[in-house]
Amino acid sequence: MLAAVGALSLGACAARNDSGSGNNASSQSQAAAPQAAADAADPAGDGKAQCAPTSIAYAGTINGANAALGQNILYGVQLAVDQHNKANPGCQVKLEKFDTEGTPDKAPGIVTQIVNTPSIIGVVGLPFSGESKAAGNIFNSAGLVTVTPSATNPSLSQNGWKTFFRGLGNDNTQGPAAAKFITGELKASKVCVIQDDSEYGTGLAAATIQALGDKATCQDKVKTKQTEFSAVVNKVKSENPDVVFYSGYYQEAAPFAQQLGDAGVKAKFVGPDGVKDDEFVKSAGDAAANAYFTCPCVPADQFTKFSEAYKASSGKDPGTYSPEGYDLTTILLKGIDAGKKDRAGLLDWVKNYDGQGLTKHFKWDDKGELAKTTIWTYKVENGKIVRNTEIK
Amino acid sequence: MTTTTTPAPAQAKKRRPLGEWWNNLSRVQQWGVLIPLVVLVYLLPVLNPPILTTEPGYDFPIAMFEVARYALIAIGLNVVVGQAGLLDLGYVGFFAVGAYVAALFTSPESSLSKLPFLAVLPIAMAVTMIFGVVLGTPTLRLRGDYLAIVTLGFGEIVRLLADNVDPLRGNRGFQQVGHPPGTKADGTPLFTNTDGIPWYWLCVTIIILILFLVGNLERSRVGRAWVAIRDDEDAAEIMGVPTFKFKIWAFVGGAAIGGLSGALYAGQLGFVNNQKFDVVTSMLFLAAVILGGSGNKVGVILGAVVVAYIPLRFLVIAEYKYLIFGVALIVLMIFRPQGLLGARQRLLTYGRQAYQRLLGKGEQISSDNALQTESTPGSKS
Amino acid sequence: MSITHDLSSLVLTQGGEWIKFDVDSFVQQFWNNTIEGLSYGSIYALVALGYTLVYGVLKLINFAHSEVFVYGCYATWFVFYGLGFRPGATPSLGVGELVLYLGLALIAAMAVSGGTAVVLERVAYRPLRKRGAPKLVFLITAIGASFVLQQILFIWRGGNPEQSIRLLRNEEQFQIFGGSVTNITIITVVASILLMVGADMFVNRTKFGRGIRAVAQDPDTATLMGVNKERVITLTFLIGGLLAGAAALFYMMKIPQGAAYQGGFILGIKAFTAAVLGGIGNLRGALLGGLVLGVVENYGQSLFGGEWRDVVAFVLLVLILMVRPTGILGESLGKARV
Repeated sequence: MLAAVGALSLGACAARNDSGSGNNASSQSQAAAPQAAADAADPAGDGKAQCAPTSIAYAGTINGANAALGQNILYGVQLAVDQHNKANPGCQVKLEKFDTEGTPDKAPGIVTQIVNTPSIIGVVGLPFSGESKAAGNIFNSAGLVTVTPSATNPSLSQNGWKTFFRGLGNDNTQGPAAAKFITGELKASKVCVIQDDSEYGTGLAAATIQALGDKATCQDKVKTKQTEFSAVVNKVKSENPDVVFYSGYYQEAAPFAQQLGDAGVKAKFVGPDGVKDDEFVKSAGDAAANAYFTCPCVPADQFTKFSEAYKASSGKDPGTYSPEGYDLTTILLKGIDAGKKDRAGLLDWVKNYDGQGLTKHFKWDDKGELAKTTIWTYKVENGKIVRNTEIK
Repeated sequence: MTTTTTPAPAQAKKRRPLGEWWNNLSRVQQWGVLIPLVVLVYLLPVLNPPILTTEPGYDFPIAMFEVARYALIAIGLNVVVGQAGLLDLGYVGFFAVGAYVAALFTSPESSLSKLPFLAVLPIAMAVTMIFGVVLGTPTLRLRGDYLAIVTLGFGEIVRLLADNVDPLRGNRGFQQVGHPPGTKADGTPLFTNTDGIPWYWLCVTIIILILFLVGNLERSRVGRAWVAIRDDEDAAEIMGVPTFKFKIWAFVGGAAIGGLSGALYAGQLGFVNNQKFDVVTSMLFLAAVILGGSGNKVGVILGAVVVAYIPLRFLVIAEYKYLIFGVALIVLMIFRPQGLLGARQRLLTYGRQAYQRLLGKGEQISSDNALQTESTPGSKS
Repeated sequence: MSITHDLSSLVLTQGGEWIKFDVDSFVQQFWNNTIEGLSYGSIYALVALGYTLVYGVLKLINFAHSEVFVYGCYATWFVFYGLGFRPGATPSLGVGELVLYLGLALIAAMAVSGGTAVVLERVAYRPLRKRGAPKLVFLITAIGASFVLQQILFIWRGGNPEQSIRLLRNEEQFQIFGGSVTNITIITVVASILLMVGADMFVNRTKFGRGIRAVAQDPDTATLMGVNKERVITLTFLIGGLLAGAAALFYMMKIPQGAAYQGGFILGIKAFTAAVLGGIGNLRGALLGGLVLGVVENYGQSLFGGEWRDVVAFVLLVLILMVRPTGILGESLGKARV
């Protein structure tokens, strides 16, 4: 559930536009960024696709406090559809947009509306885990395929929904990977795990604490929208850990990291994908230099073609989960190009899909989880987030 | 039940022709108007009228259930705020308790024994009533604004407890909350979170029952005591009204309706987590009551319709939705300070007979701003 | 039926972990928490004064006051930005420069917040007073105004907080009983107390203050005695706004990420709680309530864990009102010494 605060980011992943070569000199440990696979699926296809006019939908937050994450995804989706329609005059796919505001109580009404619109045969969304829990069964009973670019709560795939497909690793893969990174590469033996009260934060913290074992020497909880952390900071300071892992979003992580730094806590600050955002780096000020991130997202340094097209169409740099949204939409579009013209056909297409995308290789198991996922770590250099290593 | 949603006159002093017409009808004639109207209300989601519909943005039957749910909440809050004059800013706390009781007894993710949904409804009401007593006993000795802030604190405490207490699952929430029994012809359940119509019908039926109940309560000794307390608590006390007891009554009655609507909300959504029980939601509930006309149960239904329906109807202009909403609140309050349908002072028990005998018509139409006696110091100048 | 069994298992076995008493941490961090609590409490107190003044004069809970505070936060941010500072590393400035820039920000924040408060009074509340609207209606208008003020910021600046800019690192200067006292804490506490003493003197010693007290005591009589009631009300909103603006600057120094469109919400509720705790309508009560709230919620946080902080604040409120139904010092703006 990448929920709540959403990665806003005018250009999260600032490293995206630099070629990567300049940074390699300053940091030997940095792994090479993945090249955009030559065989990555392209929404344009061969340009000869024929189909009756049909629709796919984006359902998720578009406006509201957590909107930026939704917009990152939406622009990625829009770009794929635009490229497809431009290249294939014989097959025009319409993108319908539905704003759920990211809350579980709005989602069922909107999702019902989507499944009652017969022309929609595939959906990109829902981005957050809470709304997915509230509305996932509606998609399932309608047999309408959904591909989520950012809902990472592990239990979502345990509901027996036949229509749920997750385009990235879940929290249970990121937690142990983060623990491995903290104890391995960062060589920490005392770790403080601080979690917020979001589903994402608590779930990820539980997975991480379990993997850290007795190295997780202190824990505390904070609230989303909290800005004042003096009591937690005092507690961390007296524990004197090697690493502070903050399981939550950047909006709280930034003031927290800054207040830790001011109090003289020298521990390294590690945050998950919810923290990995340019906003964190800008807002944490001096404290950001000390920060690392883990993320089930792939460094997009080499996706120059995608980045340029994205910027041209949306006016912004791609943000967290923009490439995922683009990739997943491409899969749906390829299905339509291949002649799938109803919900059952497209569902079948996604279920049996096996192909390379920009971010990763997409092939799902019977629960809708990716067969193979990757977790990368990132760090801050000269005020920008750059890739560090892949956790294997 | 929106008969008396008359086009309210702009000037408070003006007579209300439609209202007067209505009050002069005999009971039988009133029923003659009401029954077709109720049928129409029931049929709304099926008819899906073109201008009223919230589609293609939002499923219309579910939107109608939302509206009905708000109306039920507004009726409950009106008992506390409108009838007894107790400013409650934490009503969402009772709503949350009801929703959590429903979730705890029906969701497979809770460790409690499972009960059928319909059995849970009275339990939800009972538990919320207990909460009402627990909150009311220490706090109802406070007056006015002190009561407001304490209830606001209570609402927040309930939300924070849902967050902090592990068995309540915080943001993770409860999935597969139960629903009433019944299956359609093809064997699928009648009540699902995809189909708003059965839920809407259930909710409207409950609203009608509650309206009868509250209407009778209003005309009883209890209701008269509430009005007395609302208008002047000290005077009521001196005249022998046991104010504390009746305040508790109002609080508990309101709480029960809040808990009931919470349970319905949980059932329709099929999912409960701690996201929608914040102060802002509580303020929206109160806005429905004040906007519609505090103290007038038909008015508050109208207020609830405005508060719940408008954001769903205008999903398309999502960005400006809340700005428009805020401006609408300010403007409406300036032009209709007594609410869309303000409460009027009138005889309660045997009022109809008394008016008939004395005036020869159904009711004396007093000035619309009867409730304004309780005004700010500024109004006197 | 095994409901009782279920309930006990729910509370005892599953729930064994959800609350804890960390006495060690409480004792260890006692002075740190006290000092931090006082520094936060003085910000609460400054905002609480705005609630208390308006309540004293109009008997109105001005729920939009938290938005008045947020506008001060944005003003501070824009002054810093306009002076050429950018998000990222904290600059090192000389004392003279620092005083100048912070002074500019203080003036701007106070002006913007004061202006917002006065406009709010004119546009939203005055028409209601003219029409003699019931008291609850003011509350709904306040909620509506709150929505509008928030949404203006949201539509203009977006949902993200402004990226943090700060001129001064929060650094320890000396220790009291092992609790560290930072430069920002010193500035906040000293300046807040000066401002509050100033506000108290203004209300209790000046002619304008006498007008405020007179209206608070009895608006009709005050009007008959030649007090211009409308002017007094405007003045009250202005003073509340000015103090909220000052609070905004101190808050932004402490938490540079504070300029967010919904950022005033929690602080507003806390400040209102502080005002009621001390006795709403009582200026010194607001100070006391703010400090008590700031300190106690820090104690609660270190004793029970971070997630219980707000619960402790509200439980404290309920407990105090049960013992003293009009707050610690009782309400008395109208009855203050002349």
